[in-house]
Amino acid sequence: MRLLEYQAKELLRPYSIPVPKGFVIRSFDELKEMPVPAIIKAQVPVGGRGKAGAIKKVMNSDDARNAILQVLQTNVNGYFPKEVLVEEYLNIAREFYIGITIDRGIGLPIILASPDGGIDIEDVPDDRIGRFVVHPFIGVQDYHIREILSFIEVPERASTLAWKTIKNLWNIFWSLDCELLEINPLVLTDDDQIVAADAKMVINDDALFRHQEFSELEEELTPLEREARKNSLVLVQLDGDIAVIANGAGLTMATLDNLSFYGGRGGLFLDLGGTDDSKKVECALELALRAKPKVVLINIFGGMTRCDSVASGIISVKNELGLDIPIVIRLKGTNEKLAQEMLRREGFHVLEDLDEACKIASELGGS
Amino acid sequence: MSIIISGETKVIVQGITGHQGRQQTLAMKEFGTKVVGGVTPGRGGEEVHGTPVFNTMKDAVRKTGADSSIVFVPAPHARDAVLEAIDAGIKTIVVITEHIPVRDTIEFIEYAKLKGARIIGPNCPGIASPGIAKIGIMSNSIFLKGDVGVVSRSGTLTYEIVNALSRSGIGQSTCIGIGGDPVVGTGFIDVLGLFEKDDDTKAIVLIGEIGGTAEEEAAKFIEQYVSKPVFAYIAGRTAPQGKRMGHAGAIIARGKGTAESKIEALEKAGAIVAKVPFEIPQLVKNYLQGVSTKNAVRMD
Repeated sequence: MRLLEYQAKELLRPYSIPVPKGFVIRSFDELKEMPVPAIIKAQVPVGGRGKAGAIKKVMNSDDARNAILQVLQTNVNGYFPKEVLVEEYLNIAREFYIGITIDRGIGLPIILASPDGGIDIEDVPDDRIGRFVVHPFIGVQDYHIREILSFIEVPERASTLAWKTIKNLWNIFWSLDCELLEINPLVLTDDDQIVAADAKMVINDDALFRHQEFSELEEELTPLEREARKNSLVLVQLDGDIAVIANGAGLTMATLDNLSFYGGRGGLFLDLGGTDDSKKVECALELALRAKPKVVLINIFGGMTRCDSVASGIISVKNELGLDIPIVIRLKGTNEKLAQEMLRREGFHVLEDLDEACKIASELGGS
Repeated sequence: MSIIISGETKVIVQGITGHQGRQQTLAMKEFGTKVVGGVTPGRGGEEVHGTPVFNTMKDAVRKTGADSSIVFVPAPHARDAVLEAIDAGIKTIVVITEHIPVRDTIEFIEYAKLKGARIIGPNCPGIASPGIAKIGIMSNSIFLKGDVGVVSRSGTLTYEIVNALSRSGIGQSTCIGIGGDPVVGTGFIDVLGLFEKDDDTKAIVLIGEIGGTAEEEAAKFIEQYVSKPVFAYIAGRTAPQGKRMGHAGAIIARGKGTAESKIEALEKAGAIVAKVPFEIPQLVKNYLQGVSTKNAVRMD
């Protein structure tokens, strides 16, 4: 779950990470008091706000009014902000980059640090990014921080504050089950304070069960994606016209690839997961139909998943809602014969070969 | 022959009294695996399909001499179960459970390294050597004994490809699903190294997907250390950037981890990369029949 900037900053505060004074509003009317000068920042769950013009410096409340109205109407990589963060303007002496994430290659947490903060980290040359692996059995030690501070060239007068900040960032990262905690920039102000001017936090979804503090937060998902998640299905909306329901992420992706091989365009990635519950299948098919595809392609390779459960789910949807678009079905694995009979009796054509199913679905989707 | 498991491997099922635990215990036994016991705290003394249930891993290992385990324990308790297995002296632990917090995974993998144990997974379908044994949940019916090694990040896609290989008469030495999470205990490189050394593996099928750089790293390893032919397929060629495609690891972030970069790296390393899964059997067949793969007819 990716948190919005202000949500992340609220989590930094209890860990004694200094953040700028500020507040969140949803419209200009909510603006009661204002620090001057201030920064107006769109709250969206994607990067690229600066380039999109969704971060503005303002000098007075007239400026603020225009800035807030503008920012709320700015499209940042597909997202319109619902909220803006109004923060005190910082007098910046230096900007650094600190990011903590998990290096998949070595399977360990890693602190990335750069003396070139404030810009897109992708634009920073590799030799200006220090990489400091942290073994979870020992955590961040003093020597790590000495190395980091020396690499990013923090002046001596600010080193105690920077020291505490890095140690605390690590504590947050590990104790809140973060996948990413990025402070860009970490600012040294002209009065020698260290402040987290921005914060990006991604929490490991699989760890949410042990973090009540996030239960109130809602992630930016489309209504269909949200409903799928509630039903333990993984749904991703794509821009084609063939909805794909398969079991397993890899097989669902492969089915979409196979479709495109025949010129078909996937409109929905729906991973059914493993199930022997026909209600779950019904739910999946109903969600797929709501995405208004031209065709639904169901591809099941049943191990744990039983093909007959899949078949009864499909038949229930047909009986309850009726089906006015073609459903291409390919079933293999556990109880496939039984499932095929059930579906044929209901007038469905059932295929055994994935490739053939993709070919047919593509033809139906293209017409 | 086989890698990692053998006919002598003795397996404990952790979480044996659950729905999955019961069903898969039976399927593993039918496959020929020596399932010598199960563990469910508080259920010691029971039996599941004739297999004794113990309260603790230490007890199970002491009484059965087991060296391997398979974990069906739900995600919130999986870390504890794996650490318990490691401390009981288990050397191969296959973790089927999905949705384990990545922090827990990192911790038990690092602990396993300290104690000289191997973790396969988490979030994986396990390992199977047809005719010998399996520790996993893959359907028994899809396998054929033979000399192709299969390694994959994805569960059901593995079934699809193994099934297609078997239907084309191409048998497998060992099939291993390493799991779709960002951090896994046994990676492509580990498995490629084992297949390279295994005399009974003549060719290798590698099934990857978008996200991360494991396939690119595997490609470097293949270039340097693998003399056997490698056939590969990368899932997610048509996936959009920034969307997580089901697996926690399957996301193209900031243009990195794309199918293109993986395919390019593998091809550069000399692997034959299929465009779609169904190409794999034909490509392997051509090679095994002595047809030069360079002249094989590509289906694009």
